[in-house]
Amino acid sequence: MTTANRFAPGTFTPAPGAGKRSAMLFTQAKTETLLALRNGEQALLTLLIPLALLVGLTVLPILSTTGPRIDSVAPRIIALAILSSAFTSQAISLGFDRRYGVLKRLAATAIPRWLIVGGRMTSAVAVVVIQLVVLGVVAAALGWQPRAAGIGWALLLIVLGTLAFGALGVLLGGSLRADIVLALANIIWFVLLLAGAAGIESSVHDHAGGILLLLPSGALAEGLYTALGHGTTPLWESTVVLLVWGAVAAGVATRTTKLT
Amino acid sequence: MAVAAVDVSGLVKRYGGTTAVAGLGLSLPTGTVLALLGPNGAGKTTTVEICEGFRTADAGTVRVLGLDPATQGAQLRPRIGVMPQGGGAYPGVRADEMLRVVGACAAHPLDPAWLLDILGLESVRRTPYKRLSGGQQQRLSLACALIGRPELVFLDEPTAGMDPQARRLVWELIGALRADGVTVLLTTHLMEEAEALADHVVIIDKGTVAAEGSPAELTASAVDDQRLTFHARAALPLGLLVTALPEGCTAIEITPGAYQVRGPISPQVVSTVTAWCAQQGVLADAMQVAKRSLEDVFLDLTGRELRS
Repeated sequence: MTTANRFAPGTFTPAPGAGKRSAMLFTQAKTETLLALRNGEQALLTLLIPLALLVGLTVLPILSTTGPRIDSVAPRIIALAILSSAFTSQAISLGFDRRYGVLKRLAATAIPRWLIVGGRMTSAVAVVVIQLVVLGVVAAALGWQPRAAGIGWALLLIVLGTLAFGALGVLLGGSLRADIVLALANIIWFVLLLAGAAGIESSVHDHAGGILLLLPSGALAEGLYTALGHGTTPLWESTVVLLVWGAVAAGVATRTTKLT
Repeated sequence: MAVAAVDVSGLVKRYGGTTAVAGLGLSLPTGTVLALLGPNGAGKTTTVEICEGFRTADAGTVRVLGLDPATQGAQLRPRIGVMPQGGGAYPGVRADEMLRVVGACAAHPLDPAWLLDILGLESVRRTPYKRLSGGQQQRLSLACALIGRPELVFLDEPTAGMDPQARRLVWELIGALRADGVTVLLTTHLMEEAEALADHVVIIDKGTVAAEGSPAELTASAVDDQRLTFHARAALPLGLLVTALPEGCTAIEITPGAYQVRGPISPQVVSTVTAWCAQQGVLADAMQVAKRSLEDVFLDLTGRELRS
């Protein structure tokens, strides 16, 4: 046998034990973030389409708005970007990760289940941070000047929005077959995109606007617009709507999410 | 006496109206290799997944490294390595990235680069998982099971989809694990694999143990289980041969032209058969004395008809 000494004695002598939780979290979140950025379709959804819409809707007079178009467009595109990454992209990747057995693979290691969820959330937040930086820089170049007074509120809404959309994404991606998840996540994304565009056109107070505000996308978009455009406290409904969607989705998802 | 690494008794698992595991018991001493052998649907994977804590038993007791996998999974998982059937990785992940994610979960992981190298994955370490061949995915999955330096590994059909070279490598690796004191529970439906690797083979069928023992014990020819086979012209009259054979031997034509003598095969039996052939004026072809293979044992126990 030419390969008799391929494995020196003692190579596999057991030395079991769990790694550091910080290392587990960091490695998983880093890998999932890289995968999200490297995946062409996901990058299209989370960065390229929001960027194209941000520039297009600002430069071209497609929508009628009061005041500078960028002030109306930028907060809503940020909301759309969060919808794209935390919900659509998350649901699709979770659906396919389940099909490819990665959750079972991870669940078979020393990593606790809650930390697997924590890793996914950390990765979702990291992608949102990258989106905010990219979209923020481009919007600033287009002349956007968000009100400083509203930034604190905007950050709160962004966190709540990311969690609410993330929970909805897990709810969808964790329970159905990957191809069904793919179809549904894209359809919902498109419907909410149109609803968001309609939201720019309609006044918050008319009938259609009222219904849109009950959707997480509408609540996040209008909340960000109020906070960053006027520098005032957003309607409390925005916060409550996001909290309720997030809590309900997370509650259901803990029961319906399957490893495979 | 040392605690068994895996101890299962009276295990029952039902899915709806189907009973997948029906009162199965097995025991695996520390540092040995056990092969769970059975046809598709026999309950192999269900049994293994209950031991890993992925499924809960409907009845019976399961102790893995002295722990109950259903309730003490958090203590158990750092000590075991798992290779699930069909692998498991992010579809777009590179082999080395995946191995690092799993390695980060362990206290003293093996070097991922070295593991990829010895498993022949060095050239595809930057290739996305979904573009690896089935055999390469299997080897990555094996690497993930081993990287944490576990004391016990569960390998569910570890060589499925591998070419003969890769299979040899995995066999060799399992031998190295055993030599280093790692306990191995593997499932397979390859007789050759069970025969080559296992200290102990448990043949399961329809959720229960059909037979168990070392490969030698299972194939040991109880004396009357020996057989001598040969080929000759079809439909030879066997009456004279049976009369001439020593007591305890029988002769039958299994399929046209294929003859078998069963019983205690001695040199005298062989010369009787050749003498009888000479009388008949036929030349016996492909004459051989065969002991039962594990495959014979397996097929005798689990039936020869094809399972749906």
